Amino acid sequence: MEKKEYQKRARQVEPPRPVARNAFWAFLIGGAICLVGQGVQTALQGVGYSEETVKAPTAVIMVFLGALFTATGLYDRLTVLGGMGASLPITGFSNAVVAPAIEFRNEGAVMGTGARIFQVAGPVIAYGLFAAFIVGIVRFALRGVLS
Amino acid sequence: MTFLMAFLIGGALCMIAQIVMDLTRLTPAHILVGGVVMGVILGGIGIYEPFAKFAGAGATIPLPGFGYSMVAGIIKEIPKEGWVSVFSGAFKATGAGIKAALIFGVLAAFFVRARA
Repeated sequence: MEKKEYQKRARQVEPPRPVARNAFWAFLIGGAICLVGQGVQTALQGVGYSEETVKAPTAVIMVFLGALFTATGLYDRLTVLGGMGASLPITGFSNAVVAPAIEFRNEGAVMGTGARIFQVAGPVIAYGLFAAFIVGIVRFALRGVLS
Repeated sequence: MTFLMAFLIGGALCMIAQIVMDLTRLTPAHILVGGVVMGVILGGIGIYEPFAKFAGAGATIPLPGFGYSMVAGIIKEIPKEGWVSVFSGAFKATGAGIKAALIFGVLAAFFVRARA
């Protein structure tokens, strides 16, 4: 069977997705995580970080929280309920790195944890950097024109 | 106000991603890659920066903000470093987040046992 046709048939037998309900939970959980992120950022700015320097420490703290919730198994539940609401924020990126690192440790420190750690983060970083490279070249070529 | 915007805009971005995923049946990894590339493009044409000023963490915490940071890092370095910034700028801006995730990942694998 052709791949296209297989996908078409798989779609017909798959139960319909509750799109509205999923969207609601994605909004609620994604919004809540961003609210926490804003709290972290505002607190850091309160102790002297500028709008420019606050980005990196905010990212590190949010990644830490994502890792903590992943290690305790709570992030999994958040993902089941919130879908992209849990996966799209940077805590979800952290989850995508930490979860396979733990899950594949029994395949070894190098080929298990080491290799699988990039399972989802790898494509995100690779294509993100590739797109940024293309955009960067354009911006470099236009450096006199655009500020 | 900042907090309300972070909640509403951050939630809206996640909701859009969820709806696109449900309607297209793409895998989460495809959506995440699409999100980061979207952030790179919107950052490159100068839309994401004013958006982030207005939405705060609602724009920078979701993955498109990660893509925006990559491109902002490159653009910021171009006057100082020239063409090399096209290679080095993106990592300088996002390195802290990526490295943090990898370090916590390795630590977690060391200390936490996988659940059945």
